[in-house]
Amino acid sequence: MAYKTTPLTILDRPNSYIGRSLSREGAKRAVAGRGRYTDDISLPRMLHAAFVRSPYAHVKILAVNVDEARQQPEVTLVMTGTELQELCTGPWIGTLSSFEGMKSAPQYPMAIERACWQGEPIVMVVASSRAAAEDAAEFVTIEYEELPVVADKETALDPECPIIHPELGDNLAFRKVIDNGDVKQGLADADIVIEETFQFGRHTAVSLETRALLADYEPTDGHLTIYTSSQVPHMIQAVFARTLGVAEHKVRIIAPDIGGSFGLKIHTYGDEVATTAASIKLGRPVKFIADRLESFLTDIHARENRVWGRIGVSKEGEIKSLEIDVRSAAGAYSQFPRTSVFEANQILNITGGPYKHKNYKAKTEVVYLNKVPTSQYRAVGHPIGNSVGEALVDQAAEACGIDPLEMRRRNIMEDDQYPRVSAAGIKLQDMSHQQCLEALAKHMDYENLRVEQDKFRKKGIQRGIGIAAFIKGTAPGPAGYYGTGGAPIASQDACTIKLEPSGGVICMIGVTDQGQGVDTVMCQIAASVLGLRAESVRVIEGDTDAVPYGGGTYASRATAIGGEATYQASLLLRKEILSIAGTLLQAEPITLDIVDENVVNKSDNQIRISVSEIGRIGHFQVAELPNNIQPTLSVTYRYRLHDALYIFTNGIQGAYVEVDIDTGFIKLLNHWVVEDCGRVISPQLADEQVRGGCVQGIGGALYEECVYNEAAQLQNGTLADYLTPMAGEMPDINVYHIQTPTSVSELGAKGVGESGTGAAPAVLMNAVNDALRPFDACVTKQPMTPETVLASLGKV
Amino acid sequence: MDQVLMLLNEYGEDGQILAGGQSLMPTLNMRLSNPQLLIDINHLHELNSITLDDNIVRIGALARHSELALSPIIDMYLPLIADAIPHVAHIAVRNRGTFGGSVALADPAAELPACVLALGGTVVLQSVKGIRKVKADDYFLGLYETERKPNELLIEVQIPVQDPTGLWAFVELSQRKGDYAIAGLAFIGTSEKQFIKTAKLVYFGSEIKPTLAKKTMAILINTRWDDNTRKLIAETLGRDLDPMTNLQGSAKMKLHLQKVLTNRAIDLALKREKPSR
Amino acid sequence: MNEETSEIKLTVNGDLITKTVNVRQHLVDFLRLELGLTGSHLGCEHGICGACSVWVDGLVVRGCLMLAVQADGGDVTTIEGLTETGEIADLQKNFVDRNALQCGFCTPGMLMTLAELLRKSELSSREEIREHISGNYCRCTGYHAIVDAVETTISDRLGDS
Repeated sequence: MAYKTTPLTILDRPNSYIGRSLSREGAKRAVAGRGRYTDDISLPRMLHAAFVRSPYAHVKILAVNVDEARQQPEVTLVMTGTELQELCTGPWIGTLSSFEGMKSAPQYPMAIERACWQGEPIVMVVASSRAAAEDAAEFVTIEYEELPVVADKETALDPECPIIHPELGDNLAFRKVIDNGDVKQGLADADIVIEETFQFGRHTAVSLETRALLADYEPTDGHLTIYTSSQVPHMIQAVFARTLGVAEHKVRIIAPDIGGSFGLKIHTYGDEVATTAASIKLGRPVKFIADRLESFLTDIHARENRVWGRIGVSKEGEIKSLEIDVRSAAGAYSQFPRTSVFEANQILNITGGPYKHKNYKAKTEVVYLNKVPTSQYRAVGHPIGNSVGEALVDQAAEACGIDPLEMRRRNIMEDDQYPRVSAAGIKLQDMSHQQCLEALAKHMDYENLRVEQDKFRKKGIQRGIGIAAFIKGTAPGPAGYYGTGGAPIASQDACTIKLEPSGGVICMIGVTDQGQGVDTVMCQIAASVLGLRAESVRVIEGDTDAVPYGGGTYASRATAIGGEATYQASLLLRKEILSIAGTLLQAEPITLDIVDENVVNKSDNQIRISVSEIGRIGHFQVAELPNNIQPTLSVTYRYRLHDALYIFTNGIQGAYVEVDIDTGFIKLLNHWVVEDCGRVISPQLADEQVRGGCVQGIGGALYEECVYNEAAQLQNGTLADYLTPMAGEMPDINVYHIQTPTSVSELGAKGVGESGTGAAPAVLMNAVNDALRPFDACVTKQPMTPETVLASLGKV
Repeated sequence: MDQVLMLLNEYGEDGQILAGGQSLMPTLNMRLSNPQLLIDINHLHELNSITLDDNIVRIGALARHSELALSPIIDMYLPLIADAIPHVAHIAVRNRGTFGGSVALADPAAELPACVLALGGTVVLQSVKGIRKVKADDYFLGLYETERKPNELLIEVQIPVQDPTGLWAFVELSQRKGDYAIAGLAFIGTSEKQFIKTAKLVYFGSEIKPTLAKKTMAILINTRWDDNTRKLIAETLGRDLDPMTNLQGSAKMKLHLQKVLTNRAIDLALKREKPSR
Repeated sequence: MNEETSEIKLTVNGDLITKTVNVRQHLVDFLRLELGLTGSHLGCEHGICGACSVWVDGLVVRGCLMLAVQADGGDVTTIEGLTETGEIADLQKNFVDRNALQCGFCTPGMLMTLAELLRKSELSSREEIREHISGNYCRCTGYHAIVDAVETTISDRLGDS
């Protein structure tokens, strides 16, 4: 795939940057080793935190002895959970009122009387170096009394199962039922009914840069500055200020370069609060960098679900009914403030989402376990819902004797039938399932691929072709989401854009960049609207002192919401520039345009005045303007979605695999994605999000699973044992876009960051099962390890 | 060298040899091991050599995996090892990791100990008391357990050159390139007109130590490689092997994989048969 | 506990450095903390992820698996030094143009590893490129763009020669 990173020429005016691939400024720094991540930052008199953590999944803490630890060399502070709680408000309760009936127990940043998950921090040691802190930590002695462990989601609601938080009455976090249409009738109408149960392993994000925080409290004026590897600086500002009792407007959060996030870094962690509390107490900077072992134990987890599904179809392959029952595993607490129930909720929302059926019944129970809390992780719930829905559709297709692609054709929502409401009750509009499907068929050369598959089968080589259609919720709106539920998390977002005296533009945004190129995309939008060159626009993000209040980057919202805010702000700034130009030139603004840094006549492109001159006059020589003009040359625009829960996108993936039926090993031969994220601002950046997302999803399909023993202790918490995708096994990924702009914004851009991850596991599972079809074998568990494949074949 | 041996003698198990560090350093970084003394032997340059000495290849303990990969002696005289080296971790690890370190640690999933056993190598150990040679057959005792005493340094492994007219195959299964093997084997043998005359099978990855499959080997001596032989092997291998159930899979699966790999290894080896005069 | 120290003399990115270090400090901590060379990153400290890859005596190694004292008398090159020499300037440019990095955390290690491949000066297939970087973990790109950037660099170099 050849991308031309487009150089800037005057000939490109007045063509916009929209739809062009520019290289990222941040990339230039990073390739030279000049990235600036949180751990690269050092402050004078900085100290380091290390933690003593519970080795057990459920224990009473009888006694904590820190006296000897306090005596160790280089130690400045040793703090227990009790001492930390004296510095905090709280405790946290991770519920949102938008999830009716949800319940969670109070959670402290460090355990006090009880530790409820292996890895929960109990004592913090602060010393001159991380090594010294770890040395001293070995001198902390803790007396434990083991408590019964709830490790299995299947039995967590059984009457005889111990209850982790007795005050809650049971281990149920949340229950929800959707019952739309008439499933009973649908089943009766169906000629064929297929039922299957699927298992999904527990995942952790494994960002290469672990969680990192450097807190710097200034005791003389009560200002708290925190450098942290977070996707959501404003949320961290709100939560930390409120938890630690610091005036919120005196808290500054700076997210420097982030070494990967994927949703992991939109959450709040007790050890990070403790580190900040240490800085407040000591009046010195304190740094905490989670090491890899700590990360495995304490980063939020996700994806652990068992899903029963049942599909009823007519013999022509029309879906008559769909049902799922989801047993979803949370951890010991519902993660504050985003909760641990979104995943299950999304599974209910999106399973079978591409299809026209009206009869849908979906139920979930989210249960507490003595494991680390779970919460949002890239594509939240979609990998599971898509895997289930698409596997059922494939099984139904087989039972009907219909080709899987044709099966989708018969059931997929028509491109011209929007807006509509899905069987799950989700409002959908501006989608293109049919176009995407036909594009996929063409790019995969589907017919010939089937012929090739046959040829290989005759030679005893088992190849499989998988298809997975999907919908993806992106860019959440304000309705029924975090803010409505009571969390201090913004769903609107904002851009402040200003023209500098020199003619440069500074664009400050509330969304953030972790390397996906959010800043570059905003630059392209602003430069296009303002008629400037991209290098004249500087984007600032990730510093709460420098940007308007926003929600940061999560749920694929940056371009859709942040982009629209930037677009509208730029339009308003452009308006003012042309208005000032009009006044100076004695021309109607409507007759003017801005092309390549200059205000020109629309009619003949003649240059009238440079934008930099407008900047100069507007700042230094305002006397040139009549008295009634007060140049501002700075605009803040805040954009919010109306009503809709999400901007839903759609797409379809194809996969071609080879399964060695003797060893159970799966080889990935090729992979295709056709997706519709509305208006594509940068093709290369959009494509790379899809690619990276697919491979992350493939990790879950083939390798990734947190393995526990019966005492809920993690058995594979190192990179040697928890396997993630490496270059040697991954395929090239062919990406194509259909562009159906969203009608909810003028820019028309939807989200794209999670689409790869959402359906890659589904398409792989379907491809593998397609390969196994001649053997009447079927894999319904992820990760699809060699053992899983061999077991399905009856070989082990 | 004398200083190293003296320290080893004094500290015994409380002293740890630091050679390539690719296995030791992770345990130190993770605070899983806490030796009283680290003895860095990287300056014992005399241990870094690969020589051919009268039909014996002598591999010094500090020969790095990457050096073996580039060595014409290994390529020509020990092609089994040449085939195995690319499976050992990754480039950066092979640049530092040592042959001696791998044999001394005897990780059950490591490739090189299995090769040493299959090739009938001899491990040379030195202590303040002198030099001792231990045949590979007697060297690998159990899980990370070898004949090397705490006061001994592994200084060399001596391996007779492979029969140039013979067969060999090295096969391994791991989920990702460079991972420790889930199952693997090294095969050395001779044949004539696709009729197997001698065979040596060493299995690794699934077992607690590199394991010579004696009963299975007996089936292959003077046998045609056909479906009947394959069937016999499948029936017998379970009596030679005792796979571990662990994170990488069940014992049942590993035995199955080793059976599959045996077929593939011998198929591969027989393709190498040199035409007879 | 008394922190045991030792004086080491080594060349880092062409500069002769003399420092007293804690014996237990590994090479990358030394480079980052003592010399401010923060371009080398730590992703696991157990030798798996490759983020710490640096050159020692001309060979790429896992910097987290070497003690700083073991580099005494040695010649260390980090991404900062390699950038200054310009040896992989074309690869770095292709990485930027092709967006073969997103968060950038794996990138220095990836480039240090790839520099060894480029020194071999031979045409490598996509599969061979993938095998060469099979020990460098990237979570963002999915590797496709990295392979593209390397392929372009190799073919440009061979085309030019």
